[in-house]
Amino acid sequence: MRLPLLALLARGPAHGYELKQDLEQLLGAAYPQPNVGQIYVTLGRLDKSGLIEGEEIEQSSRPNKKIYRLTDAGREALAAWFEETSEEPRVRDEFFMKLALAPRTGLADQIALINRQRRQYLNTMRTLSKLAAEDRDNRISALLIEGAMLHLQADLDWLERCQEELEEQQ
Amino acid sequence: MSDTPPPLVLAEALTKTHHGEGAPAHAVRGVDLTVRRGEFVAVTGPSGAGKSTLLHLLGGLQKPDSGALCLDGESTDGWGEARWAVERRTRIGVVFQFFNLVSDLSVADNVELPALLAGTAPRQARARRAELLTELGMNGKERNMPGELSGGEQQRVALARALVNQPDLLLADEPAGSLDSRGTREVMRLLTRFHGRGQTIVLVTHDARLATAADRVISFFDGRVADDVELDAGPLRATGASGVLELRD
Repeated sequence: MRLPLLALLARGPAHGYELKQDLEQLLGAAYPQPNVGQIYVTLGRLDKSGLIEGEEIEQSSRPNKKIYRLTDAGREALAAWFEETSEEPRVRDEFFMKLALAPRTGLADQIALINRQRRQYLNTMRTLSKLAAEDRDNRISALLIEGAMLHLQADLDWLERCQEELEEQQ
Repeated sequence: MSDTPPPLVLAEALTKTHHGEGAPAHAVRGVDLTVRRGEFVAVTGPSGAGKSTLLHLLGGLQKPDSGALCLDGESTDGWGEARWAVERRTRIGVVFQFFNLVSDLSVADNVELPALLAGTAPRQARARRAELLTELGMNGKERNMPGELSGGEQQRVALARALVNQPDLLLADEPAGSLDSRGTREVMRLLTRFHGRGQTIVLVTHDARLATAADRVISFFDGRVADDVELDAGPLRATGASGVLELRD
């Protein structure tokens, strides 16, 4: 959450609740939104590490609010973030371990493991399809959902390969 | 006797072996399958698993070596080519990966022809064609030839043709197999819409995204049903879905 918040502040100073709203508007309903508490905690940490600066604003009828702005150090950290490429997604480690270890334990059947895992992926895929149909107006959000679906598709294809390979052995 | 209507499709121990060059290929090996009226079933699996052969058996495009197949309670034993051809013009609609439109007939004629062949009056055939093409967003393309359309548009015409006789059963064999991602989404949306109105659909696809438009997914491996699942889309923020959407820091 740290760098996205810095990125939102690059446009100009804002307070915590505004940042939450900006994020919601940008990413759409599909993205599981961080709660406002998480945002305040992160802002506090960023303030402490000197990447942003907070300023108390007095409000007559309500408690004071804090407006944050990006510091030079923050701007540099953000530029460095954009500069570096991101890590590749990884194969589902935990499922892979179960699949690899099942035959040695005598406690689980590999094909049954694959079938169960596929059921879960298929249900999630269906949920994503529905989300995609509902959230078509927000292009950024649609791309996020499509990305999630393509990853899941790859996982399903991989399960299929595992099943082909293991059924041949049996 | 109960009042439950018979399933639209009831297959028992269907087998089909292809004898080509080389070793015989056991495409379908003892498959039992029940499809009830109003269901939308997807059959997925790797290529060569026999899923298309299964669909062809259900539509009489190939004959099983053994096993029994009943459609709407009626045994198809002894149905010849001619009988199956009539069924595919009336009670069974089929769409294929490569659309199979008649290339020298206009869009309108491609859709009207099966209605006319099924004995529909010309005026009514025209009305149904117009209604379907409008529904499929193909207004203004009636006079185009199939070759002038994009793949996605051709598949929409093929869908209109398959549905013009209001078949009980729609069979779709890799309907998005030669379409891009946008075309796939469009096919998915249309199948979902027709299913929402009660159309029974059996869809064969290797595309998991397309498959999850269905309510039930059958995983087909090596000529057999490996798994058969009713999908449950769950709440939109189920952990599975929100977990895959979460962007990590």
